[in-house]
Amino acid sequence: MPQVGLEHYLVTSALLFCLGLLGTIMRRNILIVYMSLELMLNSANLALVALTRHKDSMGDHVSGQIMVFFIITVAAAEVAVGLALIVALYRRRASAHTEDLATLKF
Amino acid sequence: MAYPDLFFYLFAAMTVLFGALVVANPFSRSPVTSAMFLVLTILSLAGLYVLLHAFFIAAIQIIVYAGAVMVLFLFVIMLLDLRDEEKRRVKIFGLVTGLLATGALGVLLVPTLWQSGVGNGLNPTFEGDTKTLGRALFSEHLLPFEIVSLLLLAAMVGAILLSKKELK
Repeated sequence: MPQVGLEHYLVTSALLFCLGLLGTIMRRNILIVYMSLELMLNSANLALVALTRHKDSMGDHVSGQIMVFFIITVAAAEVAVGLALIVALYRRRASAHTEDLATLKF
Repeated sequence: MAYPDLFFYLFAAMTVLFGALVVANPFSRSPVTSAMFLVLTILSLAGLYVLLHAFFIAAIQIIVYAGAVMVLFLFVIMLLDLRDEEKRRVKIFGLVTGLLATGALGVLLVPTLWQSGVGNGLNPTFEGDTKTLGRALFSEHLLPFEIVSLLLLAAMVGAILLSKKELK
C-alpha cells in the first residue's frame, strides 16, 4: 500500500459524503435523514482538517481548523433548532416520516 | 509500513463502515441503532483528526458531537417513541434513484481526487495544538467568535420557543 498522503484523507471524506447523500435521499425517517446530514458535515470537516495539515509553506495555516471549529459550533446550534422543529412537527402530525409530511409538495 | 499509516487505514475503514451502517443497516432499521453507529463514526473521525495532529479539533469532536449532539438525538428519539418504523417497506424508486445519484457522484469524485495529485510535494507540517489555535481564534478571528456566541443564543431561544406546547 502506498504512503498515506492528502489524497487518502480526501477520498475517505468523499466516500463519507456519498454515504450521507445516499441516506438523505433513500431513508424516509426524518431523524435518520438528519443524521445523514450530520455525516455530510463531518466529511467536510475531515477534508478541511486534512487540507490544513498538508498546506505548503505559503500563507496562513490556522484558518482551516478555525473554520472547522466554527462549523462544529454552527452544527450544534443547527441540531438543537432542527430537533426542536422535528418535535414540533411530530406533535402536529404524529409522524416522523417524510412521506406523511408532503403538504408543500406540488 | 509505519504505524500512523496502519492506523489511518484502520480508522478510515471504521469511519466508512460505521457510516454505511448509519445509513443502511441490514439488521435493524431503528433510529437508535443508527444513532449508536453515528457515535462510532464520530469517534473514528476523531481518531483520524489525531492522526492529522488536530488535537483540539479531535477533543471538541468527541465532546460536542459524541457528547452533546448525540444525547440530543437520543432524547428526541425517546420523545417521539417511533414504533411502527419497522413495518414500513422500502420504496424501490427511492432506493434506485438514491443509489444512482450517489454512485454517480462517487464515481466522479473518488477517481478524480485519487488521480489529481493534490498532495504531491506537500509534507504534513502543520501542528494544530491548542495554543496556536487559541491565539488565532482570539486575535484575527475574534469578531466571528463573538458572532457565533450570538448565534448560539438565538438557537437556544428558538429551540425553547419551538418546544413549547402552545405557540402564542
